[in-house]
Amino acid sequence: MKALMTTWLSAVLLMFGALAHAQDDLTIEITRGSDRATPIAIVPFAADGGELPEDVAQIISDDLQRSGYFEPLPRDAMYDRPSSGDEVRYGQWSALDVRYLVVGQVSRGNDGYRIRYELMDVSGQRRMIGENVTGGANELRAVAHFVSDQIFEAITGIRGAFSTRIAYVTAQGTGDDAQFALYVADADGHNSQQVLNSREPILSPAWSPDGRRLAYVSFETERPAIYVQDVNTGQRTRLTSFDGINGAPAWSPDGRRLAMTLSKDGQPDIYIMDVGSRNLERITNSSSIDTEPSWAPDGRSLVFTSDRSGGPQIYRYSFGGGEAERLTFTGNYNARGRISPDGETLFLIHRSNNGYQVARQDLDSGRLVVLSDSRGDESPSVAPNGTMVIFATQQGNSGVLGAVSADGRASYRLPSARGDVREPAWSPFLN
Amino acid sequence: MQFKSHARTLAIALSLALVAGCSSTGGSRDGSMDGTGANGGAGTGTAGSGQVSGSGVSGDRAGQQTDGRIPDVRTIYFDFDRDSIRPEFESVLVAHARFLRSNGNARVVLQGHTDERGTREYNMALGERRANSVKRFLEVQGVSPSQLEVVSYGEERPAVRGSSDDAGAQNRRVVFAY
Repeated sequence: MKALMTTWLSAVLLMFGALAHAQDDLTIEITRGSDRATPIAIVPFAADGGELPEDVAQIISDDLQRSGYFEPLPRDAMYDRPSSGDEVRYGQWSALDVRYLVVGQVSRGNDGYRIRYELMDVSGQRRMIGENVTGGANELRAVAHFVSDQIFEAITGIRGAFSTRIAYVTAQGTGDDAQFALYVADADGHNSQQVLNSREPILSPAWSPDGRRLAYVSFETERPAIYVQDVNTGQRTRLTSFDGINGAPAWSPDGRRLAMTLSKDGQPDIYIMDVGSRNLERITNSSSIDTEPSWAPDGRSLVFTSDRSGGPQIYRYSFGGGEAERLTFTGNYNARGRISPDGETLFLIHRSNNGYQVARQDLDSGRLVVLSDSRGDESPSVAPNGTMVIFATQQGNSGVLGAVSADGRASYRLPSARGDVREPAWSPFLN
Repeated sequence: MQFKSHARTLAIALSLALVAGCSSTGGSRDGSMDGTGANGGAGTGTAGSGQVSGSGVSGDRAGQQTDGRIPDVRTIYFDFDRDSIRPEFESVLVAHARFLRSNGNARVVLQGHTDERGTREYNMALGERRANSVKRFLEVQGVSPSQLEVVSYGEERPAVRGSSDDAGAQNRRVVFAY
């Protein structure tokens, strides 16, 4: 595991390191903490061999807080700063109502860092997990996210998604001065790298299931076309440039096919293209708008937006039979559905009296719940572990990214200094 | 891009000035517009040449000039969530139809746009619907489909930034890009 971790990190850094622009990074502003968050303390890690370029414990603390599952104890409330499990005096921490404690130390070696961390159960007075992780000189942030993943899973039983990435689009200016760019960054907004820039619109980025490629729509030829780009090498191909709309690419779970919207035969309809052979199969054929396809995790069905009932509603097309089934009935605008990794929940944009908001619908009961407290929301994208939804929203007159927990209890924003940010896409698990 | 299309415009105008005299009519076609505007019929019956000059498209009295020049008004606007042509813009479409009929080599891209409300790919479809609405109008007016191309930009290319009603009204549009 540790060796694997190091190899993967090195690969990622080789590909991205030179292109990173810290000033372009998104930052995090917690806008709502969950009232059910578990109290935890992440003690600053002891540093052996001088000050560290990154505060590992702070990164872990930020990760865990952002998830909405945890409420980290402020550092100034810590009386004691143990760096190993042996030094922990449990009574002190239980007096502070802390349920879990993370301690650790970082030592610098010739070719990088060695991080030792331990997760302690305060009420059980025992060590839950602990291990050594090694990382290269520029890998401290990635190591911290890896540790966050281990802690999150050990306590919640849910796989952590802190080592994932996000793709998003930035836009500056209007008219002939407009500039568009496609970026990828760590899930916390750091390490942003530009993948593409253009004077014409870019939209609908979608990660391949292996996390290596992005499909997206670019107007760079002054017509919309779907491209697939290798995120690491930058190599790309234009997959479709039919007359009319070429939009909304969505990878099948096996990564071999792309569902998409094409209007070459008249109205916008859903098609599936085999990426290898480029064979095209038409899925819907209606006189209405059919768009925004997204696959169920088992690959057996697609959800999509259609206005066949008069306004946009979400439908489900099952492979191997039958008419598409209408899923949404609450209100007169439901669009851009995404199914959770466990297949049980539909995340979508719902128009309520407060505007366009991120909502969740239980696929069994049909019950719809609004999750965000913003308006003008767009483009929900679900974390690979299903715990958070990232989306685009408005803050003042600017587009920013926001995220809300799947239960709606916790939320945060990722402001940027670089114009409008939009079209977020959460990567799959990368390790 | 801007320069390119401008150059093309000039070229078309120059080359077609020579043949402009051949097809100066077009008023008789207006009668066929009755009821096709999908706007409840308001005003369609009177969408004659009088309205064209009233809307600021110059030179209508001199048919030769109108046929040789791309009409000045190249953007029309739409109501929220609608793709029907508003009555006040029918004269603009009639003027473009006359120009395109008279200049068979001219081609135009009908760029469909929406306001920022709603989801992006759904808006892409709505923008296309608006541009198609204009395309159908022009075809009924006798314009050859080969002269017309529809490209939807959805909400990606707003004319005006912001989420106010006024910004939305200026962004819900179809642009004639020659």
